[in-house]
Amino acid sequence: MNRGLYARRRLTSRVFLTLSVLAAGFGIGSLALILGTLLTRGLNGVSLKMFVQMTPPPGSDGGLANAIVGSLIMSALAVVVGTPIGILAGTYLAEYGRHTRISFVVRFVNDILLSAPSILVGLFVYELFVIHMGHFSAIAGAAALAVLVIPVVVRTTENMLLLVPNTLREAAAALGTPRSFVIRTVTWRAARAGILTGILLAIARISGETAPLLFTALNNQFWSTDLNAPMASLPAVIFQFAMSPYEDWHRLAWAGALLITFTVLSLSILARIFESKRLSQ
Amino acid sequence: MVDIAVSDMSIPSDRLAAARSFSRSDARFRALTATAAFIVVAAFVGIIIALVSGSWLALKTFGFGFLTTEVWNPVTEKFGAVAPIAGTLITSSLAMLVAVPVGIGIAIFLTELCPRSLKRPVGIAIELLAGIPSIIYGIWGLFVFAPFFQATIQPRLIDWFANIPLLRDLFAGPSYGIGMFTASLILSIMILPFISAVTRDVFDAVPAVIKEAAYGLGCTKWEVMWQIILPYARIGVVGGSMLALGRALGETMAVTFVIGNAHRINESLFAPATTISAAIANEFTEAVGDLYLSSLIAIGLMLLCISFIVLGLAQYMIAILERRAGGRSQ
Repeated sequence: MNRGLYARRRLTSRVFLTLSVLAAGFGIGSLALILGTLLTRGLNGVSLKMFVQMTPPPGSDGGLANAIVGSLIMSALAVVVGTPIGILAGTYLAEYGRHTRISFVVRFVNDILLSAPSILVGLFVYELFVIHMGHFSAIAGAAALAVLVIPVVVRTTENMLLLVPNTLREAAAALGTPRSFVIRTVTWRAARAGILTGILLAIARISGETAPLLFTALNNQFWSTDLNAPMASLPAVIFQFAMSPYEDWHRLAWAGALLITFTVLSLSILARIFESKRLSQ
Repeated sequence: MVDIAVSDMSIPSDRLAAARSFSRSDARFRALTATAAFIVVAAFVGIIIALVSGSWLALKTFGFGFLTTEVWNPVTEKFGAVAPIAGTLITSSLAMLVAVPVGIGIAIFLTELCPRSLKRPVGIAIELLAGIPSIIYGIWGLFVFAPFFQATIQPRLIDWFANIPLLRDLFAGPSYGIGMFTASLILSIMILPFISAVTRDVFDAVPAVIKEAAYGLGCTKWEVMWQIILPYARIGVVGGSMLALGRALGETMAVTFVIGNAHRINESLFAPATTISAAIANEFTEAVGDLYLSSLIAIGLMLLCISFIVLGLAQYMIAILERRAGGRSQ
């Protein structure tokens, strides 16, 4: 038996497996480091004032109230517009055009949109809305976010509808139920938890998006709920404040960053809970 | 033939009316879903049209020279796309250089080495971290990583490579902290979860029989990983990496914070540079003049072309993978 060869092979194996443990350590460590800093620096700036006061000029006291409300308004609008389109398109892909050529194109385009650079969506909405309206507005911001919501909802809706057993559809059809009625009352209902997961994931995705808002909704230092005017949003304020040289703006930026991350992570965990409920059904 | 006779005589007219209204509402609903599907395609076509029409002025003014000039001068209104395109490609490839091996390492750890009780929590943690917004990576890179890098690692790297011919130029210059190298590192951490999540899934899908057969022949754990599992899962790993590359190419906020926004190509990786998305994010709202705006949209168009190719290839590979998996299960 060739002892030397075997020892060498075992050594190689050990070395590379150690390296992969180190890789895992590096990945998980650096991500833990990011979350750790976020917690320590963010908690420093979190207070009740953050939720009730407006974004301050440098050097004075203030909060993020207008940015928080702006983010909520624009995200809500985007979800209200984007979700129905996403669900209907996903329904088309899964129910009507499962194997058609058109569906193949829609699916391909949707997957590209899903990971396309979000800043390009911002440019698109800028050309479509901002130039024609002549000014930045919350409507444009919401439109940009809606374009980002749609592909996420389409994908999850299609996947979830595909998981609904065909026997359910056949049973409903055998009772003489029209196709559209079957979809609305049987398949949608069976896939409800999954579709809801998709919506939550979409909200999680847009609540942290900054790039598409920079030149659609712009930013606003003051309280504004006017949809036809520029509106503040948490990510845009964080960007502005973090790039500034002022210490108190930095503190607010960290607090805002913590708030966003907390929101996104809770949404993802909520989505996960829905997912596991669906699986246990 | 029988149908016609029946429908004329024995079906009561109210039931016929109900059936007609059902078929009408069915058609309406179908048309509604088809319209929604059409909107998805229209949005994509709209993006292309908006970018092409927006960049028309710049492309007409500079012609093909836009792709070969490095100058980016708002004052004299001379613009060229070389620096941001190069910056995008260099930062993304450097990020991939780090993220692919580390991401695969994490996947190996998760599928083969990790104790069973840790497998789920670590896997979930990685998936959750893929959802952290990029602005968080940006702010962390600017305030935490860049100062640390500038004070400790960067001067040492410059010293180490001071006498090695090629590396001397790559790692040269004053240590700013921010720059191409920092941006690439932040990017690599950001895309890490994407790579390891996909890779773990395809590793998990490798049939146990193949692994057991290899172990039965006396292979070591690493040999099974490297010569059995990795080749088997190859397409999935490449597809996942391409998706991550697509992310890296278009990533805006994480890069904008730490790249330094300088429109030139520097030999040194430590020098400030810019990427397409960072240039757009930094300059768009401040750009005065139609030509300046149009040039920014034109580099956006370049980014669309690059990411379309990369993401299209990724889709293609994943489609192959799915067809293969589907063929096997049937």
